[in-house]
Order: sequence, then structure tokens, then C-alpha cells
Amino acid sequence: MIDLDDTDRALVLALAKDAGASAGSLGRELGLSQPACWRRIQRLREAGVFRKPRLDLDLGALGFGVTVFLGVKLATKGRVSLEDFERAVSAIPEVQIVEHVLGAFDYRLRVVARDIPDFERVLRRRIMTLPGVGRVEANVVLTEERRPGPL
Amino acid sequence: MLDDTDRRILRQFQAAPDLPGAELAERAGVTPSTLARRLAAMRDKGVLRGTRGVIHWPALGYELEVSLRVALDKTVSSAFDEFIVAARQVPEVIEIQTFLGSIDVRLAVIARDLTHYQQLYRGRILTLPHISDIEALMHVALVKSDETVPL
Repeated sequence: MIDLDDTDRALVLALAKDAGASAGSLGRELGLSQPACWRRIQRLREAGVFRKPRLDLDLGALGFGVTVFLGVKLATKGRVSLEDFERAVSAIPEVQIVEHVLGAFDYRLRVVARDIPDFERVLRRRIMTLPGVGRVEANVVLTEERRPGPL
Repeated sequence: MLDDTDRRILRQFQAAPDLPGAELAERAGVTPSTLARRLAAMRDKGVLRGTRGVIHWPALGYELEVSLRVALDKTVSSAFDEFIVAARQVPEVIEIQTFLGSIDVRLAVIARDLTHYQQLYRGRILTLPHISDIEALMHVALVKSDETVPL
């Protein structure tokens, strides 16, 4: 685990907002020279502080009006391997997130669709037909916010 | 609206948001100046809001992530607003979604370990207002997380 000072924490937060920000402009904001700032960013990256960045897109403007969170319970554990299920579900383009969880469900999925009929098509034709799928619970996202976290 | 060139650019960009511009232009089959012009236009239109860094919390000592699925007491008309305002005060809450479905709100909560989670859950989460039911899914493995859309 990497230890962060206040400047590192400010850098992590700034890069979370804008992953493409340059060492020069971040350095100016934080009172660091460009090389000093670059070295700190390198140290954070090497310590694995960041996953692959993601584009923040206006999904509505792109025609994706619906985001649904699904809880999936496998029906036939033992007969279908988790790897088979994971490979098949990850290959569905509308499925953005697949997470193996413990609790009332075995997997949680995040799915995008153009509208509710389009979601129903994805659910019926792609998800309900996956190997081993049992109970599925769908919740349609109304609002979402991502918080900066405990830094 | 976006044309095929815009979509091709976004498709390549979302697959590799950290790619240098020259390489992205090549993958999208456009010249670097076309790429810069198209990206600027999509930013102006608000379709492309930015590139977000995604923090890998385990590298910062937060080993645990839990999805809390919350049902609220809807007999109180201000339940949603008051719950969300209070949840924002908990730094370890990194995502808040509201839903149309069998659950009302999801909180993504990170913690250093099980002891820390227990403290958070009892001291900060169960004390949030208007909870009528709460259920936890502990994250075991992130199988897919690129959050791309099928453009």
C-alpha cells in the first residue's frame, strides 16, 4: 500500500476528475514544478492507484436512455462453471459491469439500453439465455452520483 | 447529432481512453486534425464530458467494497432527499444511485477491512435516516468494468 501526503491526495482527486490533465497544469495548480509533478504522478501510477480511465459520455444524447442494475442468482451451480457464465455475460456489449458478489445474488450487472423495450430485448434474448441463470432482479437507475471518496 | 465518423472515434476512444491522440486518430481512420476538431465539437455539445481517472481503492488500503441495497420508508415524503443528503456526508460512500424497482437506493461503500466495515456500518450507515430495509452484497471480483456503450 502506498502512503500519500496532502499533495498526492490533491493529485489523485484532480486526475480522477480529468485523467488527461498534464503534469504542467496540475503542477501549476499545486505549486509544483512540472518535473516534480510528473514524478509524483509516475509514482502513483506505478503503485496501481488508477485503473483504466473511462470516458464520461452523455448517454442520453447518444441514444442510451436507460441504465439498469441487475442482480443475478445462478440456478445450477456446479453444473455450469462460473467461468463459462462470466465469459458469456462479459461478451454482451450492453453489459458494462460484471461483478461477482456474495449475498442474496451471485453477480451484479450494469446494463445500458436505448429504452425499456430495448432493455427487455437484451434481458430476454441475451441475459435470460445465459448458461446457469436463475433468479434475476432488475432496478432501473433514476439518478446517479459518484463521490470523491475518503481522500 | 453524431455521424458515423463521430461514432467511430468514440468507439475507439472509449476502448482506450489513455491512448495518445495520434494513435487514436489512426485507429479511428481519421487525420489528427479531424480527430481534434470532432472531439472539440463533441465536447462543446456536451456529448463528451471528459475523461475520468478511476481510483483503484485497494492500492490505497481500502480492501473491501460493499453494495448496500436500501429500501426507504416512503410514508415520509422527504425520505429520499434526507437519506441522500446524509449519505453524502459519509466519505466512504463512493457511489449513490436511486432506482425505480424493488430497491430505492444503492450505496457503494469502501472500507479498509472487515473491522472498519463493521464500524462504518453500525456507526455511519445504520444511523442514516428513513431506512426501512437494508441488504449487503460483498464484492468478490470485478469481472468486467470498462463501462463502454455499444455505439
